[in-house]
Amino acid sequence: MSTSTAQYEPKTRVGRITNFVDQRVGGSGMVKEFGRKVFPDHWSFMFGEVALYSFVILLLTGTFLTFFFDPSMAETHYDGSYVPLKGVEMSVAYASALDISFDIRGGLFMRQMHHWAALLFVAAVSVHMLRVFFTGAFRKPRELNWVVGSVLLILGLAEGFTGYSLPDDLLSGNGLRIIDGVIKAIPVVGSYISFFLFGGEFPGTVIIPRLYVLHILLIPAIILLMIAIHLFMVVVHKHTQFPGPGRTNNNVVGFPVGPVYAAKAGGFFFIVFGVLALMAGFFTINPIWNYGPYDPSPISAGTQPDWYIGWVDGALRLMPGVGEFVIFGFTLSLNVLIPALGPALLLFTLMFTWPWLEAWVTKDKREHHLLDRPRNAPTRTAIGVAGVVFYCVMWAAASSDLIATHFSLSLNDVTYWLRALFFLGPIIGFLVAKRIALALQRKDREIALHGRETGRIVRLPHGEFIEVHEPLDEYHQYKLVNYESPEVVPPQPNAEGKITTAEKARGVLSRIFFEDRVAPPTPAEVEAAHSHGGHGEVEAEHEDQESLPRQ
Amino acid sequence: MAKRNSGNPNTPERVTGDAPSQLERHQDPGLPPHRPRLADKDPKAANRAEKQVSILFIVSIIGTLVFFIGYFGVDISNDVEALRLQNMLLGLGTAFAMLGIGTGIVHWAKTLMPDHEVVESRKPITKEADRADAERIVGDILDESGIKRRPLIRNTLLGAMVLAPLPAIAIFRDLGPLPGDKLSHTMWDEGVRLTLDPSGTPIRAADVTIGSAVHVIPEGLKEAEHKLEEKAKAVVLLMRLNPEDLDPSEGREDWGYEGIVAYSKICTHVGCPVALYEQQTHHLLCPCHQSTFDLTQECKVIFGPAVRPLPQLPITVNSEGYLVAQSDFHEPVGPSYWERG
Ligand code: HEM
Ligand code: FES
Repeated sequence: MSTSTAQYEPKTRVGRITNFVDQRVGGSGMVKEFGRKVFPDHWSFMFGEVALYSFVILLLTGTFLTFFFDPSMAETHYDGSYVPLKGVEMSVAYASALDISFDIRGGLFMRQMHHWAALLFVAAVSVHMLRVFFTGAFRKPRELNWVVGSVLLILGLAEGFTGYSLPDDLLSGNGLRIIDGVIKAIPVVGSYISFFLFGGEFPGTVIIPRLYVLHILLIPAIILLMIAIHLFMVVVHKHTQFPGPGRTNNNVVGFPVGPVYAAKAGGFFFIVFGVLALMAGFFTINPIWNYGPYDPSPISAGTQPDWYIGWVDGALRLMPGVGEFVIFGFTLSLNVLIPALGPALLLFTLMFTWPWLEAWVTKDKREHHLLDRPRNAPTRTAIGVAGVVFYCVMWAAASSDLIATHFSLSLNDVTYWLRALFFLGPIIGFLVAKRIALALQRKDREIALHGRETGRIVRLPHGEFIEVHEPLDEYHQYKLVNYESPEVVPPQPNAEGKITTAEKARGVLSRIFFEDRVAPPTPAEVEAAHSHGGHGEVEAEHEDQESLPRQ
Repeated sequence: MAKRNSGNPNTPERVTGDAPSQLERHQDPGLPPHRPRLADKDPKAANRAEKQVSILFIVSIIGTLVFFIGYFGVDISNDVEALRLQNMLLGLGTAFAMLGIGTGIVHWAKTLMPDHEVVESRKPITKEADRADAERIVGDILDESGIKRRPLIRNTLLGAMVLAPLPAIAIFRDLGPLPGDKLSHTMWDEGVRLTLDPSGTPIRAADVTIGSAVHVIPEGLKEAEHKLEEKAKAVVLLMRLNPEDLDPSEGREDWGYEGIVAYSKICTHVGCPVALYEQQTHHLLCPCHQSTFDLTQECKVIFGPAVRPLPQLPITVNSEGYLVAQSDFHEPVGPSYWERG
């Protein structure tokens, strides 16, 4: 173990303590590795942190709740201090959730904080994922971490849904009933799965205890494991950074962990905690006492699932009532299966395979540690926007009844419009986003070549008015010109000299992706543009479209 | 086409085409010069920042006190208003306690800790030489095990490994009973009286006025062994219309009684209770996904994702004038399933 170098003698008190630990379990290597590790800084890198911190808060508040929550579905009569429900027949689970809310000091606070943190957790994971997508951070060597992140998103949804079902109130029971209906639509084994899951007929007496085990043990354990893998990989890869002066594919520029980064990140944990505490203190979430215990007969109109389940519910609503067939005496309910599974399958398949799809189209197998500004990858950005629009249309559909009543529209009309948007929305989103990205790129190009508009108008001797443009300083200039712009890679013959069908398809995609790209200005172009302006001030030019290389 | 490269970030060649990367061509001006902050130059400003940070920490201390005041100072027994107050004090206290610490530390980091950016170079994730070594070692291990040379061992092992997990699946068989015919029967039967949900009071035909809609459960549900499971299948909506608004199909003419008809309340889409009745249009609306059923057309679906009409419960009146079922439903109620047929 010890080397031949002289024995290290600690000189300070800190040194003595760390020395004690180090000689027994090791760790000075860790400190050397991590103590000054560099993390790049950008506001958009914060979402992953928010996700992590809200998960920690879920662990803390959730553990508190387990001490008081009783997941039993046995029947009882409520005898707590919430007067309107006194004597009402209900499950022990619901009664204990009421007790947490009304009779355990701080219980309501913890319940509400747990629920707000759950909403924030899924939201932060989602936005974090969008950040990674739109900046291209999923590219080699980070593809596997993108997959781990996707798994985490799905686990978050599952954890949220199981939690939402636990209090056994009217809303959560109706949510479970919808799940049961979807499960029953599964061909061949649907009713069997339903009976196995519910331990017999819906609702039965075992579903809540079963979901409880999933919610507090199995799924959090897997989430924890995935988070560990996720963070481990972040350390292995080191964080990405945006390109800029001094920032290259071969370095990491940022603040060292100790002390600045650790202080900022650690402080941020307390800020997230504080904001959630504020929400839990002032904004009611899931007031289960208003809904009453689960009963298969009543239902309240206009109720909503938690936001992250909305899109699946919305898809169920958008589907017209067609597609149920009886074949050889067996029923196939495509009117349920298609919306329940179709969009989810489509989104998740694209999500899991995207890093490889893109690398296949670009034929790019290099490592990427520099991020793209979304505008500098117009087609990827457009595809991402199309996905977001697709998701949001379904999400809006989950509130179709609220939209209709709120804006005094016919519910049927709202649904027809949303059905049309379901197909058209992503296409419009794609086109608009791509146009915007390309326009922003052209703007950047113009600024890089001709300087920034100053708003100062001068009159030339011959009477013409021009706006004075000012060149950027070299750092800002470099940010605008220094980015990668992949080009169309036409189909390539394979070893036998043949162009395969797959390769042709790739060629077509490559053209769609990159044929209208806006190339970054070359040094020569910059040189030429700047010298002809003279005096460091350059004229506005609007005829430069032709100087854009088009392919 | 260019050769495949190793993907190492330190080898700058492009994979596609042969134009040099644009990245290499612009002159990198390097990191912008560090701009000293106020507190770096002016000891007064640094002292001010120090005070601000400690004030934030003191705010946190006050927050914790507020929490205790809320927790011990407010009596919440039997008083929802007090509960709301306590909840707000706990929220406020915790928020200040946490935000005080959080903003204090961040302010400290931003004003007083060094803000020089540091450059670290990336190292390749793995060494090229290691990869070749690893491949050789794995190859050697496989060779030594002999798994490639002895197909009998390999194939029987594969067979065993495929079968071995099956018990782990089978052992879950007792999670629940098989469906049997449970999904196609409900508590309704010949002569079972229709009663009000939830009170269980029997309903006289004469008491059902035109235009009304009544939520109904079978008599005896409260005493049933599996109350909720039975209720989940048996709930019924009872409505009275002008008899001329109804147009019963063949064989169903006598399923109602003087314009009183009973339909399953369980949506044929995925099973929510169809709870909304629009008296004017005679439409039933499911609040979950807006399937709309037309009562005048035997609850045919006229909008939304459901396909099948709501099953009708044949009813009549008994000698005392109470509404009773003629039989069970003639088809399974609720969402479709494979063996429903
Ligand atoms: C990503 C992680 C998690 C999510 C998204 C999540 C989500 C939820 C949601 C939405 C509820 C319903 C809360 C309500 O009553 O309004 C809930 C309840 C509950 N959760 Fe979690 N949770 C997570 C992690 C945990 C963990 C780690 C534990 C325990 C160790 C836990 C324990 C509980 C308990 C005991 C309840 C029932 C308490 C009640 O409803 O009053 N949760 N969860
Ligand atoms: S459950 Fe009634 S419409 Fe979906």
